[in-house]
Amino acid sequence: MSATVNGAVKETGPIPAVAAPVRPSAGPWRQAATRILRNRSALAAGAGLLLIALVCLLAPVYAGSIAHTDPFVSNISGTTVVGGQEVPVLQQSTEGLGLGVTPIGPTGDPAHYLLGADNQGRDVMARLLYGGRNSLLIGISSALLCCALATVLGVLAGYFGGWIDAVLSRFFDVIWAFPVYLLAICLSVVLLTSGLHLGPVHIDAGSLALPIVIIALIYVPYVARPLRGQVMALRGKEFLQAAVGLGASDARIMRREVLPNVLPTVVVFLPLMTALNMLTESALSFLSVGVQSPDASWGTIINDGLALLYTRPMITIAAGLFVALTAVALNVFGDGVRDALDPNARLRGGA
Amino acid sequence: MKRNIMIAAGAALLALSAAACSGGSSPAVSAGQADPSQASAAGFQEQHKGGTLHLQAKAGDGTLDPHINYSNGNWQVFQAMYDGLLAFKKVGGEASYDLVPDLAQAMPQVSKDGKSYTFTLRKGVKFAGGGEVTVDDVVASFQRIYKVSGPTSGTFYAGIVGADACVKKPGECTLDGGVVADKAKNTVTINLVEPDSEFPLKLALPHAAVLPKDTPAKDQGTTPIGGTGPYAAASYDPNKELRLVRNPNFTEWSRDAQPQGYPDEIVYSYGLTAEAAVTAIQNGQADWVFDPLPADRLSEIGAKYASQAHVNQLSAFWYLPLNVNLAPFDKPEARQALNWAIDRDAVVKMYGGANVAQPACSILPPGIPGHADFCDFPKPDLAKAKQLVQQSGTAGQEVSVVVSDDDVSKQIGEYVRSTLEQIGYRAKLKVISTNIHFTYIQNSKNKVQVSVSQWYADYPAASDFLHVLLSCASFRPGSDSSINISGYCDKDVDARMAEAMTLDRTDKNAANVKWGEIDRDLTKASPIIPLFTPKQVDFVSSRVGNYQFHKQFFMLVSQLWVK
Repeated sequence: MSATVNGAVKETGPIPAVAAPVRPSAGPWRQAATRILRNRSALAAGAGLLLIALVCLLAPVYAGSIAHTDPFVSNISGTTVVGGQEVPVLQQSTEGLGLGVTPIGPTGDPAHYLLGADNQGRDVMARLLYGGRNSLLIGISSALLCCALATVLGVLAGYFGGWIDAVLSRFFDVIWAFPVYLLAICLSVVLLTSGLHLGPVHIDAGSLALPIVIIALIYVPYVARPLRGQVMALRGKEFLQAAVGLGASDARIMRREVLPNVLPTVVVFLPLMTALNMLTESALSFLSVGVQSPDASWGTIINDGLALLYTRPMITIAAGLFVALTAVALNVFGDGVRDALDPNARLRGGA
Repeated sequence: MKRNIMIAAGAALLALSAAACSGGSSPAVSAGQADPSQASAAGFQEQHKGGTLHLQAKAGDGTLDPHINYSNGNWQVFQAMYDGLLAFKKVGGEASYDLVPDLAQAMPQVSKDGKSYTFTLRKGVKFAGGGEVTVDDVVASFQRIYKVSGPTSGTFYAGIVGADACVKKPGECTLDGGVVADKAKNTVTINLVEPDSEFPLKLALPHAAVLPKDTPAKDQGTTPIGGTGPYAAASYDPNKELRLVRNPNFTEWSRDAQPQGYPDEIVYSYGLTAEAAVTAIQNGQADWVFDPLPADRLSEIGAKYASQAHVNQLSAFWYLPLNVNLAPFDKPEARQALNWAIDRDAVVKMYGGANVAQPACSILPPGIPGHADFCDFPKPDLAKAKQLVQQSGTAGQEVSVVVSDDDVSKQIGEYVRSTLEQIGYRAKLKVISTNIHFTYIQNSKNKVQVSVSQWYADYPAASDFLHVLLSCASFRPGSDSSINISGYCDKDVDARMAEAMTLDRTDKNAANVKWGEIDRDLTKASPIIPLFTPKQVDFVSSRVGNYQFHKQFFMLVSQLWVK
């Protein structure tokens, strides 16, 4: 016999003579992992992400052993084999006045320009895989950097309050006041000319670290603000006051008491910020102010394909599809992580 | 000079020769409905008079003041609006480089020492505003070139007596003894400090247009100035449109110099991208687009709309300026290495293929006096290039390729970057806005090692390429208007160019041979690497007829039939 009280099941039957051994309850992280494993959408998205990442990591294998091409070297006067016949990679129009040159289209043959060539005669598929490495690298690195910075600043502002909070909050306000893309473009245009030189930190103009830093910086307030609020709410809790009463230092309290409580929120932010940052990177690269040649990203490939949109749309479509699939997968997985770590927070709804 | 950024470039080239416009040899491919030569020979054909011609461009080309504007786009329409003492014959083909008297009755009488040009003015030619053209208008117009600090006042017209003082104090310019009017004889005499065999060519440019003497001595911007041509601007908004209507006071005085126009109205609309403009032309909503045709539409235009496409050789070339004052290209071997490594056929493909451009072996394009047929770097030789890089001791150095953000330049820049990597450098590509690119690469303070640039002839002369682009005088360290982008300065080559210019006054053939030799030596020294000579592809609507391509000012807008 049983009755339900406040959602919990209370046993009302006779008490057993010998109590069964009590298993220690699983920790919050283990519980979260269990919840994710039960979330089919999140699992599928995670598997998709892993697959995309794996395929991109294998770019050198594809380029070197399957396509036998260097996707960073122009091959304008080169040839390839289609249907057993040698054909130029960039084909001169022969109809009418013979104007224009068109890169070879998708061949369906992984060894010979599976998705065709771009206007430099380079293998689009190989470039997509290499570009994916950079897009994912920038997305993940900038999300990590952004969340790390936001955690430090959010915890400092929320814990100390007072003038520290006032200064940091105004800093967040200033960054928040700019439209995200406008700020990113401005920073990129300035820093792409001379690189970033801040004290001992030197980043070359063409370095991938530059878009990583820029994208991370512009999104710091978007993560730091909620964290600050959460820390402020924690300040009145008994366990924090107890720690203060025990004479713990501020640094120790922040590290041992505050941080573990905001970490689940940071983890929830990570996949979502990765998706957002990857999209921002693609947008900046599309506008030529993100990843710089000779490096490639999905954004630069979309830009490359723009001039060929009319004749070879596959370049843009393929790169766009990679961006879209990865962003959707990251968002669905991010939702799963959020549901797992904080089942009560269903602010976003299902992706 | 650039096609769409010429205004900025032109304004910057105050003290140097600079290029504008283009010319070309006979049409390579031209598939219009009418034979232009026949139409021209037949005189004005009344049955085609009328209608409205709709032109398109992405953006307006700046001021409507002919003494200031320095852009291909506006120079083209100025041909139907303004006249000078002389003009390039307004016909298609080879004859378009011929000079003919325009507001002058005949070609000038030149003094024996070559320093004085005397013109007798035509009578009865009227401005759109109503007044008759007089010698006073001519004198005032020449003064105005300096008073408005015209972009070529210190170069093309610097040789006129009194020009020095005018350049220094534009507001007080009188050109005393330089441009002298004789009202009684209706003549104007222009006196030069030194003989200048190219001076008549310079008089046929829009910067030497004759305007009413009461035209304010400041940039008239969007305010139309009534000229003497068959059309006058009724309104101009560089963000919207330029509307040309017939000049009610125009009467054809010389079909060679200024023929009557066919359309009643010419509307030049701004705002559509080239892609959208091409679609509008296909749909019959526009008649022509100024901007280069999108690369991905060329095949379609050449195949499906061949009868509406016209391809003509330009007197221009695309090139790579190599900074001879910066590593690694301060070493001749490094410059020659890149010259050996570049596959010009590949670069031609990036521009649209063999029917849209020709690989260039020399600096002087075909059709320009002095052009010689030589090819010292005929085919790419990567092995030789790598060897030269090793010899130069520059292998492994970092090189930045600076290009503007248009599609073709970006592609060429990427190719050059890839080639530099292949021959042993660590190369990067730097893409900057087209709006600032031309001035940025000229300024030696920006330390540009290699860039992609292009040059369109101002007028058909070898000096307009070699002397302008590679003389010591054209190199101005630290200036945005240092058209000698390479910073190349060889006193010996300078002396030889001066000799060729002197020789040009007495023996043009000998001078041309000399220019050809200088061209070859410069190409070997490789301060610049010629890439290709472009062609102009004009795409017109199906209703347009009588297409004629002028080598200096492109398609003759006023001669198109829309009826």
